Amino acid sequence: MNLWMVFRISLTALMRNKLRTFLTALGIIIGVSTVITMLAIGTGAQRSVEATIASLGTNTIMIFPGSSQSSGARTGAFGASTLTVEDAKEIIKQCPAVSNTSPMTQINAQVVFQDQNWSTQITGCDVSYPEIRNWAIVDGRFFTDDDVRAAAKVCVLGKVVIDNLFGGENPIGATVRVKGIPMRVIGQLAEKGDSAYGQSQDDVIMVPYTTCMKRLQRQSNVRYIMAEAAAKDQVDRAKKQINEVLLQRHHIQEGEDPDYSIRTQAEFAETANQSTQIFTLLLGGIASVSLLVGGIGIMNIMLVSVTERIREIGIRMALGAKRKDILRQFLVESIVLSLTGGAIGVALGYGLAHLAAKFSQWPPVVSLQSVILAFTFSLVVGVFFGFYPAFKASRLDPIQALRNE
Amino acid sequence: MNVIDASDLTRTYVTGEVSVTALKGVDIAVPEGDFVAIMGPSGSGKSTTMNLLGCLDRPTSGSYKLDGVEVSGMSADQLAEIRNQKIGFVFQGFNLLARTTAMENVELPLLYREKEIPSKERRQRCKDALQSVGLGHRLDHVPTQLSGGEQQRVAIARALVTRPSLLLADEPTGNLDSRTSVEVMRIFQELNEEQNITVLLVTHEPDIAQFAKRIITFKDGRIKSDLTVKERLVAKQVLLNMVDEDE
Repeated sequence: MNLWMVFRISLTALMRNKLRTFLTALGIIIGVSTVITMLAIGTGAQRSVEATIASLGTNTIMIFPGSSQSSGARTGAFGASTLTVEDAKEIIKQCPAVSNTSPMTQINAQVVFQDQNWSTQITGCDVSYPEIRNWAIVDGRFFTDDDVRAAAKVCVLGKVVIDNLFGGENPIGATVRVKGIPMRVIGQLAEKGDSAYGQSQDDVIMVPYTTCMKRLQRQSNVRYIMAEAAAKDQVDRAKKQINEVLLQRHHIQEGEDPDYSIRTQAEFAETANQSTQIFTLLLGGIASVSLLVGGIGIMNIMLVSVTERIREIGIRMALGAKRKDILRQFLVESIVLSLTGGAIGVALGYGLAHLAAKFSQWPPVVSLQSVILAFTFSLVVGVFFGFYPAFKASRLDPIQALRNE
Repeated sequence: MNVIDASDLTRTYVTGEVSVTALKGVDIAVPEGDFVAIMGPSGSGKSTTMNLLGCLDRPTSGSYKLDGVEVSGMSADQLAEIRNQKIGFVFQGFNLLARTTAMENVELPLLYREKEIPSKERRQRCKDALQSVGLGHRLDHVPTQLSGGEQQRVAIARALVTRPSLLLADEPTGNLDSRTSVEVMRIFQELNEEQNITVLLVTHEPDIAQFAKRIITFKDGRIKSDLTVKERLVAKQVLLNMVDEDE
């Protein structure tokens, strides 16, 4: 008997008891759809984190002060203000692989406009910062080298700040007070969305770093330095060059820990990826359990089905079915069940993933891999859990089977 | 030529420590075109004999040649093939597949053919078989939509569709009323006479056995008697008489 015949016989047998067939497949449907949904949410989260990290700018390198060793005690990053504006200037001067640098300062302060006020982060930076971060100015302009040189009282506002202070009015040209100092609004930043840590990146005011140092925080500490490599494949070289410049400028001897650390975009992405991958694996793992339970459901029903159909098996054997025919029939039934369940599960999972998207900020990503994975897994479940009942059925004695009521 | 040539068949069932000999040396020879009724009380060995002759079971010892082929030493799968090609079964409980149309039930043995039959030919043969038992108009009915007699006729069609050398009927009228029983016997007599099909019929009803040409009676695992039926009943005639009585 060829496989097509076996398939036909199995299909007819399955169609003969539609409710039982559906209930059996339901276990697999739930299992597979859970796997698809969970992986979609996991992958979605991963992509979302990747996108956020990419929004930092593609070739960015950050140089943090700290990791300085004094009398054996290590302070963490930002622990010591060892970086200077001069460091940033020397890096751009001496490192051919670096195309931009910006010394960065940061303070939190209250901003007042007329009767409105808002607490936000004031970021002091150089004119190159928007370029490093791929951050567009949607209205007005960013500050210039002249503004920086003069520590001009100008600022550029993020979307959230504008919404809260101006309530829809055009902010350009208005004067806001930061820590009591009046500053002219000269530009509006494009919307950037949330950072990798869930904070809004648009809740920000940018001022020239000189303005921040001289007028707002009244000290010349650089919190960190932002640099941009000339090209994507130059990032590692840039990192190396920056390190050489800083080692020399900070008089770090060989074998001594540097008093700064350099992190590239790729390193950030890697860390974030690792955590989201674990997250995805965890979700997938939980979902796999339900697929396994679905498989056991198949075995259970197939065993019941064999017992219930002993007489049918006896008839088939009397009419000339060989052991392998019976084995194949029940095995194919189980595989058809699990694959049909798998297919429905994929469709359902796809729908569920998009439904889940409505309740989370991550767009779900139903990857081809997860579909193949879930489908293969349901096939394996079908074969694995279908084999024993099928084998049992094929070993029945036709006389006993026929006598079974 | 003999369709059945069995000599010194024995069958011993072993259950744990206990062994029961159900058949104690039986010789049966059935020539082609014969119509044999097998009778005997329960436990006499007639069912065991049926199972052996039907290739559902293997004898503990002895030889069984079906159509001249020794089958007593064959494997389970070889026996399945022999059953499929040479034997048509008709059971007391009809043994049709539930929720399966008459056509599909009749088609079943053909699906298990080692050499595949093209679906067109298969369907034609099923139709012919059902028509020959008078069910040409019930092709797409499932068993629950058919009467007992009709169900048994579907089973007969299923037994015939493989063009077997031997038709084995195990209490085929056990679940039927007397009129339907005679109708079934009429089909058997027709097949036997018109198509020269060898029929082996197990029954415990003496009047049903009278439709056969020969009656073999079993007792205690042995053949007690093997007699030719002298006043053989003709089902067609009996049916006519029944119609007269009804009127």
